[in-house]
Amino acid sequence: MATDQLTSPKAPADARPSFGSRVRKLRIDERYLPVLGTMVVLIAMLAIGGSRYENFLTGRVIANVLINNSFLVVIAVGMTFVILTGGIDLSVGAVVALSGCVAAWMFTHGYSAAVAIPLVILVGTVIGLVVGVMVHVFEIQPFIATLAAMFLARGLCYIVAPESIPITDPTIVSLARTRWGTDDGLVITPSGAIALAVVAIAFVTLHYTRFGRTVYAIGGGEQSAKLMGLPVARTKVLVYVISGTCAGLGGLLFAIFSRSGYALTGVGMELDAIAAVVIGGTLLTGGSGFVLGSVLGVLVLGLIQTIITFEGTLSSWWTKIFIGALLLIFVVLQRLLVLRRR
Amino acid sequence: MSSVMSSAGAITRHRLFWPIVALAVLLLACVLKSNTFLNITVLDGHLYGGPIDIVRRSSVLLLVALGMTLVIATRGIDLSVGAVMAIAGAVALSQIAASDNPESLAVVLSAIGSAVLVCLMIGVFNGFLVAVVGIQPIIATLVIMTAGRGIAMLITGGQITTVTSGPYHTIATGYWLGLPVAALIAGFFFLVMALVTRRTALGVLIESVGINPVASRLAGVRARTIIWTVYVLCAFFACVAGFIRSSDIMAADANNAGLFIELDAILAVVIGGTSLAGGKFSLVGTLVGVLVITTLTFSVTILGIPANAVSLFKALVVILVCLLQSPVVRHKLRARRRAVAPAPVEVPA
Repeated sequence: MATDQLTSPKAPADARPSFGSRVRKLRIDERYLPVLGTMVVLIAMLAIGGSRYENFLTGRVIANVLINNSFLVVIAVGMTFVILTGGIDLSVGAVVALSGCVAAWMFTHGYSAAVAIPLVILVGTVIGLVVGVMVHVFEIQPFIATLAAMFLARGLCYIVAPESIPITDPTIVSLARTRWGTDDGLVITPSGAIALAVVAIAFVTLHYTRFGRTVYAIGGGEQSAKLMGLPVARTKVLVYVISGTCAGLGGLLFAIFSRSGYALTGVGMELDAIAAVVIGGTLLTGGSGFVLGSVLGVLVLGLIQTIITFEGTLSSWWTKIFIGALLLIFVVLQRLLVLRRR
Repeated sequence: MSSVMSSAGAITRHRLFWPIVALAVLLLACVLKSNTFLNITVLDGHLYGGPIDIVRRSSVLLLVALGMTLVIATRGIDLSVGAVMAIAGAVALSQIAASDNPESLAVVLSAIGSAVLVCLMIGVFNGFLVAVVGIQPIIATLVIMTAGRGIAMLITGGQITTVTSGPYHTIATGYWLGLPVAALIAGFFFLVMALVTRRTALGVLIESVGINPVASRLAGVRARTIIWTVYVLCAFFACVAGFIRSSDIMAADANNAGLFIELDAILAVVIGGTSLAGGKFSLVGTLVGVLVITTLTFSVTILGIPANAVSLFKALVVILVCLLQSPVVRHKLRARRRAVAPAPVEVPA
């Protein structure tokens, strides 16, 4: 917020060696600090888990964190694009449910997986396109536009599948059962592999293409990006299309995971995705952050769940309290970092 | 002729025109479907009927949206209201359940008092994060939104606490002077806030903070205090809404009390013409927005729309109202109107 610009003169920056300058001596780019913070938390959690519980630091547990959260990884990647431009996408949870419902509906009506899978992902793309047009052409705030899309997607869910539909399609079942890996438990499922592929593609797109640079430029300042002649309109619509597509793919992964389509899946998943992105070090004002950070954020959320399961005596609501507390710590730390940088 | 046209133009250009049209269309559809919908009857000294039902049901959303309007006017947003409602119900009902005499008014009042205290503390916490630490409002309040339901479950021990307490039940189901108590509570706070923001400087101060926090601070407005105040107020109104919701079912459901109400409240505020970018706000607009959303939910049953299609119906109405209000569409409509109107006479400079 702009109010803080007035508070900065109170604390002269050169009074004592700031944290930033000490870090600069260590030759670490300040942009990476939030992500490094997430990494430290992740390692600390692994260390705590490993010291408290037997069999915690095994390949099986670590692989399961990724596998059980593969859909969230994909959604968080899409969300990162939107948040980097300074927008937000609240529709992803509902889109996950919608694409799952569409998948279940198509399989019960005898469509083959080769037809159904692309169409299911396309559902997300179309919703993303609708949101992008609402945001860019009609200048509706992203928060409201994606909120409307969320209601729309949930509404369509109930039309497509009023009740939970099981998926018995052989392709999906085999995708759900396949496991590649070693005997000691370090395995990967097709869903996990898809999630990792999405992360790799997103990483390359954001850091090595013109489109990626434009995404960062819009987040840094839309007006400046426009004045620089960057294709702001196209990019702004595209990030919502990407987020929608990722949510559609996430819905497919969730359908594989749960082998059913149900209108109430993914309630609140958008907030998990946003929390993961924020914990991963991306600023909600846009322009700063990394896709890999979001992946780390998802892993942190997944590990909290795992530790609470391992602890056994803690009730499930502690998950929410821990995530909230972690979110608080991270945003306060990020805030301090931004203040120091000024 | 032209003055009639221009005044008609002024009416359709008013930011509340389309929301009021939407409300009128919804009510008209209800009347066409059920002739007796708008009839108000007196039964046991209480008023009954469609409009009274809508007013009673909109009280929870009105309270939440009232606080939300003030927060949004300062460029903020409060996602934690649903969780605050859950905490309010959890604190009040567990205290009543733990007491020896749930029917006593003193017990109910002290339970309400401690719940209000807890909620005010949450408001102070939110305000501290936003106004002092300077975290974006959406993230600052996301913390309580995530952790709040966990805290509420901690208070109720993971159970749905149910109690039987006459005085507490009155909040949602009682009648006073023939009107539902819940609506009277919401109406009272609405009037108080309308008076405070329009008859004192508070309204102008909130708007100035929302339009430009730096400039308003340079002009001597205590931006920090104002922002802090609106978050505390928002938590307080959410707390009262939580009482009404939990009193309605006489149970504190930590998971479902006020679930997604923040989204409905934000929608109501936006439909009422207050921009999420902060600045000018309209409490009357919010009232219209709340009535549109409640009538929308209510009309679904009257119109016989299948329960499955409720969310879709709501989405379509919301998208339509948002599109009609969007700057681009309003500009286009205005341009067309100007093209139809006779060209203005050129005046030499």
